[in-house]
Amino acid sequence: MSAHRRRIVAGICSITALAGAGGGYVAWAMADRRPATVTAVTAGPGALVFLDHGRTLAQVPVTDPGAAPVRRAPACLRSYTAGGTTVCLRTVAVPAGFEAAFLRGDKEIAEPVRVDGTPSRARVSPSGRLAAWTVFRTGDSYAPGAFATTTGVYDTRSGTLHGSLEDFTVVVDGKPYQREDHNFWGVTFAADDRTFYATMGSAERIWLLRGDLASRTLTAVGRDAECPSLSPDGTRLAYKKRVGTRWRLHVRDLRTGRETRLAEQAEVDDQAAWVDDTTVAYARPDDGGRVSLFAVPADGTGAPRLLRRDAASPAVVQRSDQSHSQATP
Amino acid sequence: MYLSTTRAAGRPAAANGRLRSARVPATVVALGMVSFFTDVSAEMVAAFLPMYLLYGLGTGFLHLGLLDGLYTGAGALLRLAGGHLADRSARPKAVAMAGYGLSAAGKLLFPLVGGAVAGIGAAVAVDRAGKGLRAAPRDALITAATPPHALGAAFGVHRALDTAGALLGPVAVFALVAAVGDAYDAVFVTSLCLAMIGVVILACFVRDRRVAPEARPRVSLRDGRLLPARRPLRRVAAYATMLGLVTAGDAFLFVGVQRQTGLGAATLPLLPLATSLVFLVAAVPLGKLADRVGGWRIFVAGHALLAAAYALLAAAWQGPVAALGVLLLHGLFYAATDGVLMAYLAPRVPEHLRASGLAVTQTGQALARTGGTIGFGALAASWDLRGAFTAFAALLVAGVLTACAFPPGREPGREPGREPGHGPGRDAGRGPDSGTETAS
Repeated sequence: MSAHRRRIVAGICSITALAGAGGGYVAWAMADRRPATVTAVTAGPGALVFLDHGRTLAQVPVTDPGAAPVRRAPACLRSYTAGGTTVCLRTVAVPAGFEAAFLRGDKEIAEPVRVDGTPSRARVSPSGRLAAWTVFRTGDSYAPGAFATTTGVYDTRSGTLHGSLEDFTVVVDGKPYQREDHNFWGVTFAADDRTFYATMGSAERIWLLRGDLASRTLTAVGRDAECPSLSPDGTRLAYKKRVGTRWRLHVRDLRTGRETRLAEQAEVDDQAAWVDDTTVAYARPDDGGRVSLFAVPADGTGAPRLLRRDAASPAVVQRSDQSHSQATP
Repeated sequence: MYLSTTRAAGRPAAANGRLRSARVPATVVALGMVSFFTDVSAEMVAAFLPMYLLYGLGTGFLHLGLLDGLYTGAGALLRLAGGHLADRSARPKAVAMAGYGLSAAGKLLFPLVGGAVAGIGAAVAVDRAGKGLRAAPRDALITAATPPHALGAAFGVHRALDTAGALLGPVAVFALVAAVGDAYDAVFVTSLCLAMIGVVILACFVRDRRVAPEARPRVSLRDGRLLPARRPLRRVAAYATMLGLVTAGDAFLFVGVQRQTGLGAATLPLLPLATSLVFLVAAVPLGKLADRVGGWRIFVAGHALLAAAYALLAAAWQGPVAALGVLLLHGLFYAATDGVLMAYLAPRVPEHLRASGLAVTQTGQALARTGGTIGFGALAASWDLRGAFTAFAALLVAGVLTACAFPPGREPGREPGREPGHGPGRDAGRGPDSGTETAS
């Protein structure tokens, strides 16, 4: 065999070996992750719905969060459940990208909507009718290397895509806000399926906005509150706020405007979910570096406690009689 | 149609033995496959990284902007170094191997560094360094293996395979994530295996045409620095840079398409695919056309097409037809300029300085395009998108007219018996913009 022939044979053998190694590893990883139990269930009041190991939709009773979870089939990057509806932000292979899927139980109730970027936040209105998501993307902002976010709202009942919040009219200090370089993130809905809160970043500043779906307007009602989450009774917002270089959880009373810093000392980069009217849950890296769920009292007292290890995207299903009040402060 | 065809074909054909004239040599196809596998691997990681940082590691997305900048910025200097090393050592294949190998090693780093953002940054930098290092020697290998009158086709084949890899990468990774869930290791293992397949193909199926060291002039750093003084290269590089400066950047074009033509926001992620598909399909035909009518013409015509795309966006015609028109023009622009510039330039640079010459031009063009993108962004922010596209269309037309009126011409009277004459041209530039960036 000539040197040339030998090289070709060696090449073919190496390529075959590499293809086998890669394919084998993937097959092993696939076989390894088959969930033990997959059950179709609807989340009732008091259920903590979350993403187990960061990927698989699962639920446990919020009173016993360490219990063996009931796993549900869908794999999501980010999810939220309320009023029986789950929004699941997940990957799509062809064409490669992401979409928002809408589920009741494990059944899809509407055509998934393609979202333009990596999922970041998800939320459903208390009635289960409206879903919102925030995704972020690189490459289309004015400076290379920066990122932008896009936030969309979808009505699962009428099938209306309320578009991205960029298309809404923004009012700051009573005047229309004209700058083009604004980003929106972190929607939370009130019980009326019309009012919502969200964050706008523009010109290095952060605004808390109250939105109105009917008039398609967003009105600035505060500063520096990111990824708000409305309490079940509609009177307070939990959110992250920059303190120095870190995000810390805060709660603001919508009537008095009083802001309270919560007892969680660690940085929290998440949109919190209310467990009940006195406690909020959120995900952050635990001591072992895995993202886990924690809960902390909403009045600034107490200390954070671990809800569940290796889990993300918390949502606690509320009793329907709890979410009746209007959010207008 | 060119007197020099047979004579020109003689040189590399002698090296490779069984070449028929306009056929693309097996070495070029092999290099194309190297790029294909490397690009699938690289684009898998690029598409996966935001997801990995957020959901695999739980880091915030503020870090992403930093990494993204690193991703685009790290390669420029190493591209020049790669070109110089290839020329100096006269072993372009070895330098290209180092580049492809470095990128493969980068894939190995990702799971090893765990959640440290600095570590991820280092892995990205290693990957990008490899990419910078290999570009120029790889293009020099393509040139050395191909008869000058078939260079357009050869670069076309290479860029088509390269683009196919870039298109397939995100599909592969998203399908994989759907299949393996949070077993993110599998993504890196797959990516590593694909990158290593690329390296194996390069090692075993690409033949190196080694020139005996004593038969060629020694190349010093000084030669590299004096490169811009060489007339055809200087002019071509100057034109590539000038035209790059009036290129808006792909991201803006896609946003423009979505907004100006009234398409829904949900279509935005699909627009780059359209551009890449057109590029993929048109790269070979336009390369062959460049072989027939001259690469400079095709290169300049490509920029005229881009100007037409900007003009369409400035006119803000509504509807999917206008959008398709812009994307078609944009894809054709890449097909007419990316490989074509290398094919045009390569035979016009003396062989012992070829990789450096290509690297200088590519780097100039890449930096200019980044500058163009920043300029366009500033214009769009202070004015509006439509006005910015009008301005850039006008600037591009001015650039195209200049390039038509004063073509770079040929190098006067060097090695009269061996120069391929002024037949075919091809080009060599490649852009730093966007995901469709070639050059595995």
